[in-house]
Amino acid sequence: MSKQELGDELDIGMRSPHGLALKIEYLDNDEGVGRVKLPYSDMLVGDPDTGVPHGGVITTMLDTASGKAVKVKLVDMGEFSIATLDLRIDYMRPAEPGADLFAQAECYKTTKNVAFVKGIAWHDDIEEPIATSVGTFMIGTVNKPRK
Amino acid sequence: MKLLSELHDAGEGKNLSLLLSKIPYTKFLGINVRTAGSLLITELKFQEKLIGNPVLPAIHGGVLGAFLEVTAVLQILYDSSSQSLPKTIDISIDYLRSARPVDLFGRAIVARQGRRVANVRCEIWQDDVNRPIALSHGHFLLKEDA
Repeated sequence: MSKQELGDELDIGMRSPHGLALKIEYLDNDEGVGRVKLPYSDMLVGDPDTGVPHGGVITTMLDTASGKAVKVKLVDMGEFSIATLDLRIDYMRPAEPGADLFAQAECYKTTKNVAFVKGIAWHDDIEEPIATSVGTFMIGTVNKPRK
Repeated sequence: MKLLSELHDAGEGKNLSLLLSKIPYTKFLGINVRTAGSLLITELKFQEKLIGNPVLPAIHGGVLGAFLEVTAVLQILYDSSSQSLPKTIDISIDYLRSARPVDLFGRAIVARQGRRVANVRCEIWQDDVNRPIALSHGHFLLKEDA
């Protein structure tokens, strides 16, 4: 199985009820880079006067893309769990009503325990970002049903 | 914001539940709010569709971020008579423990409110207020034209 195929497999494993409810789509990953798309829909609207999607939607996309980036970066580790330690989002400009959203994140460094990730969200031009993010993730957290 | 001005004109300027019911995304998540004097407590009813990790199971980190952001914005609106929705400049979220599949609650403090920017700190918890699930601090722009 190629790294790409393994990445795709991980994507399937990562699909969550919330991602499905929002209709987040998983795009192709590169080494250390995770990508997602979110088609515009009315339920995303945070400002009914303008139809602009809520900031929380962007947070969810960047969190998801960042998690994917870590998984893809460490694809050789096989199956492991991660947990977001912190995530900072900077909003460069409001999202636009009616336009699809894209986000990608790059895991640029990992240590034994921690992964460092930068992310960006945009509509159709990555040079005109809606938001950027910086996050850290714990690697190899417990992932089994709670008692 | 037209919606906020209309609520103000109808004497419902502080009716934040009514405001939340008119915002599609907060309706989708199931966020509500109650007040006790000067205190504002936000509530996020657990629903299956909020799950981010089905194995644990745990609520999605993005949902927690969104809930923190909504909590911050509502506190700004509650503390002021702003008729426009504050715009998030930045928000930093610390995830302390995973959120179990039960209801969440949130509260916020406006640490500083200037003319243009408010600095807001939030925390969210589940059964035990002394065991927060996540914390945030962020900056919010109060008026675009100011």
